[in-house]
Amino acid sequence: MRPLTEAETRAVFEKLGKYIGENIQLLVDRPDGTYCFRLHRDRVYYLSEKLLKVAASVPRDSLVAPGTCFGKFTKTQKFRLSVTALDFLAPYAKYKVWVKPGSEQSFLYGNHVLKSGLGRITENTAQYQGVVVYSMADVPLGFGVAAKSTQECRKVDPMAIVVFHQADVGEYVRSEDTLT
Amino acid sequence: MAAVRVEEVLAAAEEQEAERRRSVTVEKELELEFDLGNLLALDRNPPPAAGLRGAGPRREAQLRALARDNTQLLVARLWELPAERAGGAGGPLVARLPEPAFRLPREKPPPRPRPPTRWEQFARLKGIRRRKRTSLVWDEQAKEWRRRWGYRRAGGDPARAWLAEVPAGADPEEDQFARLRREKRERVARNELNRLRNLARAHRAGAAVPAAPLHPTGHQSREELGRVARVARVSTASLGRFQPRLPKEPAEPPSRSGGRKRRFEPLLGNLAAERSRQLELLRDMGSKKPVLDITRAVNKQLRQEEAEAAAAKGKKQSQRGKRGRRQQRAGRSSKKSGVRRQQQQQRPAGGGTGRRKKA
Repeated sequence: MRPLTEAETRAVFEKLGKYIGENIQLLVDRPDGTYCFRLHRDRVYYLSEKLLKVAASVPRDSLVAPGTCFGKFTKTQKFRLSVTALDFLAPYAKYKVWVKPGSEQSFLYGNHVLKSGLGRITENTAQYQGVVVYSMADVPLGFGVAAKSTQECRKVDPMAIVVFHQADVGEYVRSEDTLT
Repeated sequence: MAAVRVEEVLAAAEEQEAERRRSVTVEKELELEFDLGNLLALDRNPPPAAGLRGAGPRREAQLRALARDNTQLLVARLWELPAERAGGAGGPLVARLPEPAFRLPREKPPPRPRPPTRWEQFARLKGIRRRKRTSLVWDEQAKEWRRRWGYRRAGGDPARAWLAEVPAGADPEEDQFARLRREKRERVARNELNRLRNLARAHRAGAAVPAAPLHPTGHQSREELGRVARVARVSTASLGRFQPRLPKEPAEPPSRSGGRKRRFEPLLGNLAAERSRQLELLRDMGSKKPVLDITRAVNKQLRQEEAEAAAAKGKKQSQRGKRGRRQQRAGRSSKKSGVRRQQQQQRPAGGGTGRRKKA
């Protein structure tokens, strides 16, 4: 386990910034305790100082996961956000997409969101903007990338993809083994 | 009257010119010897004997005059050198000096010769002279010429040394192979120790320590030159901290392990400092983000297109007569068209003048 280097921190913040914008400050600088990011086996974890001190005394080989995994660095040093970060990002999300109950299941199976399944979308969403996908009952379901801007969404035909799927809570069941 | 005045003026001007020329020209019996590369001027004229005896203001004035004259001659010579403008058209005029001819004496004493090593002393005593060795050795078992050391050397094949006899008088339980290995290691260590001792002795005696890698020859590899450059950079009084770098050389602090290991921050280091660093990084990242002009422009364009399409549709309907006008009026009263009207106002050019005025 080690702290992130400058380049790694920049990569992580850039990725997070796509979804929550300048609200990352609220993750870094919390009133209820000191939280930090640590890297363990190419995965980025978000944990409190108290937990960090305790996890530091566990040998590296035996340590499975300290804190919450936000994502991992691939072999070519690109940062991929994983669904386990949803609980922290959903409250601060800037751009949201609500999905109709009919196509919720489809999204949870890993498919993209089509125009026919789109319930609401935040105004002024740019194209390829990171979005958080909610159900109509305001339950966060996962992340995505807006395939079309809000304006375009209005005009496009019902079978077109409006949100690319990136991560969803169904992964907790589907990829149980690889998730930390 | 005027003519006299003019003459006076001319005479005064001419006297001024003569004065200036006098101050610039210097008369000397013997010509000075110049070494412009060192900015040196040698004056072999005998000094005025009477004036330089004893201290005093007169002597001072005479010496000063002498120095001024010689400097004048040197500067005159410098002005004759080929010159160019440094740094482009507006830069200062720079003279190109020739190579210095005068050899300046040494600053420090020359290095003393190296003291002979213990072996050298012994060899001199015994009269042992150095014999040149051949590079290839005849290997009896392989029946060919093999090199003395290195890849496939004569007698160095480890598979051949499958037997190590226990010498008479040695412990029969002892591992002979281990003993051979240990002895080789000890020999190597002793050799190294003696080499370092000789070096230390030479250094203590004031001899020049052989710094062969630091003198550039034509046959050095890229890594060697890089290593030498690094050593040279650090060999200043401030350990290389203020050395100027080449344009593309990366600025890096010297790593203790010489570039072998990556260093990370400590795991439980100063968390407050880490947090402040991250916040600053966020601030930098945030400030550089450009405003989403593209999206705004695209949306604006779409809205305008919608408005124009609606306007065109409205115009077509108005041409149909009373029915069209009624529809037009109905269309105008709704909120939607009100918004459209406002957008039409914002449009810099285009049609629909009547509607704009009414809005």
